[in-house]
Amino acid sequence: MSLDTDLRVPPVAMRLGGGTTAYLRKVGAICVKDLRAELRGREVLSTMTAFSVLAVLIFGMGFDLRVPRSEMIAPGVLWVVILFAGVLGLNRSFGAEVDRGTLPALLLAPVERSAIYFGKVLANLLFTLATTLVILAVMFFIFDLNMFHPYNLLAVFLGVLGYVGVGTIFAALTANNRARETMLPILLLPVMAPVFVAGVALTAGAIDGKSFDNLRQWFGILAAFDAIFIVVAYLLFDLIWEDA
Amino acid sequence: MSSTTLKSRGGWRGLDILQLVLGLLAMAAMTFVMWASLYLAPAASNLAGDEQLAQRIFYIHMGCNIGALAGFLVSIVGSIAYLITRNLSWDRVTQAAIEVGVICGMGTILTGMFWAKPTWNTYWTWDPRLTTSTITVLVYLAYLLFRNGIDDRRTRARFSSIYAILAFLSVPLTFYSARLFRSIHPVVYGSENAEAQGDFAVGATMSQVITYSIVAFCVLFSALVILRWRQLGTEDTVAELREGVE
Repeated sequence: MSLDTDLRVPPVAMRLGGGTTAYLRKVGAICVKDLRAELRGREVLSTMTAFSVLAVLIFGMGFDLRVPRSEMIAPGVLWVVILFAGVLGLNRSFGAEVDRGTLPALLLAPVERSAIYFGKVLANLLFTLATTLVILAVMFFIFDLNMFHPYNLLAVFLGVLGYVGVGTIFAALTANNRARETMLPILLLPVMAPVFVAGVALTAGAIDGKSFDNLRQWFGILAAFDAIFIVVAYLLFDLIWEDA
Repeated sequence: MSSTTLKSRGGWRGLDILQLVLGLLAMAAMTFVMWASLYLAPAASNLAGDEQLAQRIFYIHMGCNIGALAGFLVSIVGSIAYLITRNLSWDRVTQAAIEVGVICGMGTILTGMFWAKPTWNTYWTWDPRLTTSTITVLVYLAYLLFRNGIDDRRTRARFSSIYAILAFLSVPLTFYSARLFRSIHPVVYGSENAEAQGDFAVGATMSQVITYSIVAFCVLFSALVILRWRQLGTEDTVAELREGVE
């Protein structure tokens, strides 16, 4: 393609088109970029895991004297630590781009804005799931409780997916806010109430060995949350940097 | 200064008069509801003692709840309308409605707690409606805090509209997830809840007073929202004029 034909394509059209495979490749590229930045900088995962281990230890110490059986508090501890550790990673998702001055470059990338959203969601999903595995491992030792139950793992996956789905768009909204670090949890945690309640119920159900039929409604809530919010976030994400 | 021109305003204009009438009407209506809920409404026949007296807070509780509901419904209309039309007036509608809605929501929670102590013997329980109303108020308080942190006027309008839409969607899911726990809240309208405590039968006069209360709170809500909406409009005009001077 000569330079002339290149210039005649309007800037927006250059970002669009290419079919599903091309779109998925764009999403993958954004995600790989985040993972590579993490491999080189090591600032997100290390903070998230260090915080999670600390938080589990503190909860363990705090409840040890008063709670007779760790099964009684483990579901709550698991989800509180996931939500709080997740905020740390989500804050860096766009916060780091703003701090390093790379946000304009990211927005100039010849991809749809929604591809940026899904790429970031994928990266945040991987970070948060990795952190959750560490939390589960630490809780296995500290609370002497095996929570690697298939239903619990499914619940964690669905819950974290909804969490980063909403968290990524909120992180984009707060990236330039004057009170970024404190604003994200204030916005995110109340909206996460359904995920938290359903997650705690599912983890408790998995520990108690309930059947899938007993837990179906809770899985339904998580799946509905994921579907609704990821679709709406996809529709609204384009509006965030429309003037950039 | 392009969109704003300085006009000296003498005398009363249409909206000023509407504002005054609505304000006076709201004041009269609220006074009437206070009287009606304390004297006009008969005592709940199936309750006794403190419970019977405390039940009268219901008329305010219900009214506040209507105000909060109206606020959050108007907010979703306002934020979608802003994103479509990009008219800042809609953003001001959203903000005004959420401010009034949050105050009404807090009123609902407070009156509910005062009612719950004599009836349920506890100020607080994790009942679905209590959980949902509290989380909803927190969600919209976050909206107001979030706005404060954004300097650019149009970015503030756009971002907070996006947040208001996402926040609104979470409310029904919060309710359904909280409802899967056991409920002790009486369902006054609609389906019966066999485990509800402090339920009361609604007689003819009582349901009249409930209607008065709903109407009165709707008038109060409109008066406050319109007042705040106009105030925010003036604020934006002042900010725009200041930018023109600087």
